[in-house]
Amino acid sequence: MIRARHLPFLATVLIFVLAYALCVLQFPNMLSFRVLGNLLTDNAFLGIAAVGMTFVILSGGIDLSMGSVIAFTSVLVAVLVRAGVHPALAFALALMVSTGFGALMGLTIHALKMPAFVVTLAGMFLARGAAFLLSTDSVPISHDFIKLLKGLFIRLPDKGKLSFLAILMLLAFVIGVILAHRTRFGANVYAIGGSEQSAELMGVPLRKTMVQLYAFSGFMAGLAGLAYTLYTSAGYSLATVGVELDAIAAVVVGGTLLTGGSGLVLGTLFGVLIQGLIQTYIVFDGTLSSWWTKIVIGLLLFAFIVLQRLILLVSERRAAIRSAAGG
Amino acid sequence: MKRKLLAASSVACLMLCGAAFAADLTVGFSQIGSESGWRAAETTVTQQQAKERGIDLKFADAQQKQENQIKAVRGFIAQGVDAILIAPVVATGWDEVLTEAKDAEIPVILLDRQIDAPEDLYLTAVTSDQVYEGKVAGEWLVKEIGDQACKVVELQGTTGSSPAINRKKGFEEAIAAKSNITIARSQTGDFTRTKGKEVMESFIKAENGGKDICAVYAHNDDMAVGAIQAIKEAGLKPGTDIKVVSIDAVPDIFLAMAEGEANATVELTPNMAGPAFDVLEKFKADGTVPPKWIQTESKLFTQADDPKGVYESKKDLGY
Repeated sequence: MIRARHLPFLATVLIFVLAYALCVLQFPNMLSFRVLGNLLTDNAFLGIAAVGMTFVILSGGIDLSMGSVIAFTSVLVAVLVRAGVHPALAFALALMVSTGFGALMGLTIHALKMPAFVVTLAGMFLARGAAFLLSTDSVPISHDFIKLLKGLFIRLPDKGKLSFLAILMLLAFVIGVILAHRTRFGANVYAIGGSEQSAELMGVPLRKTMVQLYAFSGFMAGLAGLAYTLYTSAGYSLATVGVELDAIAAVVVGGTLLTGGSGLVLGTLFGVLIQGLIQTYIVFDGTLSSWWTKIVIGLLLFAFIVLQRLILLVSERRAAIRSAAGG
Repeated sequence: MKRKLLAASSVACLMLCGAAFAADLTVGFSQIGSESGWRAAETTVTQQQAKERGIDLKFADAQQKQENQIKAVRGFIAQGVDAILIAPVVATGWDEVLTEAKDAEIPVILLDRQIDAPEDLYLTAVTSDQVYEGKVAGEWLVKEIGDQACKVVELQGTTGSSPAINRKKGFEEAIAAKSNITIARSQTGDFTRTKGKEVMESFIKAENGGKDICAVYAHNDDMAVGAIQAIKEAGLKPGTDIKVVSIDAVPDIFLAMAEGEANATVELTPNMAGPAFDVLEKFKADGTVPPKWIQTESKLFTQADDPKGVYESKKDLGY
């Protein structure tokens, strides 16, 4: 039995499969493990960030600081490694900083009763500024450990690769799915997204959950930053501007309700893949302006928001009819 | 005799096959974006060049993001294009994706900027020599001034940027031997028209109402156009009272030259793809490996070079 609230997710998967089929019809080359592998590798940092964003949006919040935190993490790692710190230690430090930064934002949102929008906007400027403070140039990283990580991959048929980054992203999604559906934390996040007051009345520890939630989102942003650092072998303070918006788009296109409370982490993966697919199509075509990515995503976002609204209306009406019949 | 014939015919075939192969080359081009007029002109010229040669050009605009460029290059590799052109947005982080291109035996040519990567990862880089650009501008002034005493004011590009550093260096080298030409003042105008005008205004105030200034050297045309405004507003005649020399050769400076308000500009050609396609076609035909760096021509334009005509030919390139 398909539940109404899973409809957006199914729609996303259907769109992805259909779109991919259409692409392959035009460019048979696109049906290869190489393109699939690229799709996962090239969108790894966005995917990882989007896992964090999914939780934040499920709770009815938003995290605008993500793009900046990704850039900050990548610059921090690059600067630390340049100064002679071992990359593994630099990674750990960077993750601690980004997680702590997220936790602090969560605490601020809860304690000051401020909208997440405002607090994370401040966080966005702070993190971007801090990244510039560390270095305005692109800082290259060259270390055997980084080369080792980049060299890890699982060979797929026809020259395809499931790279370390792709595996890292898939792992992030697995963790996300488990957290969302198999833990108390996940249940609390859904509850807060449904209604904060009801959640509090039901005994959800608001403060703890908010701190955990934004700490998790900060952690994922940090992890995305590490993925980006590996991806480009450099830290650059001007990088990943606006990635938080791409992540939000992926989450919504993935079927999560922008107002919170409903959605699936797995849907976000397809949201990310759809974005990547459009970009791949544009490169294969070679004559379209790359801004079409934004236009198509904009249209998809709009369609999904309408779809969600419709589902909500229909289910409300059904509930009304049921209660009228019952009473 | 028979062997000779055979050899001759196989050579002929090689050449023909090469030509036929060149005719249906597919080339991917990863452009940085369209942040400046010059960049837009580079895109237009690249597309024109590809069309003239019958090359199927796959164009991807990266919107100033390296991740988009890497994605585009990966997409080109997956598609199996014959060659890839990249105008890299930053110098770092190219090793991995270029290695993938190399493994797929797809030659890569860099346009306009160099990168920090082992040289064997790309076929060649087509760029201008910024020091030389400054030198050409300086040499023009040396020739123009002769033995008169001449105080030059300099409008630098964005502080610390490589064109600002190199264009300054080249100009200084050119005038070093001439003791009559000195740089009296030098400040950054940030490559923009408004800043160029502001800084020129302060130069004019500082140098006796502009009467002591004999020439202005601007690191790009936009600042020169701003400076021309400032000179006019100070009641002096740009081009005669104060000579104006700059670099880039954008259409607007040719309008000023046609009016006699600017004297000379050194072209930063938007045609980086032409030389790139030349070496590519040779490489594909008989494996000729080009040098690692191909310097584009830095052509000097003066008022004698039909500025009106050059303006007409440049104005539709997207500058």
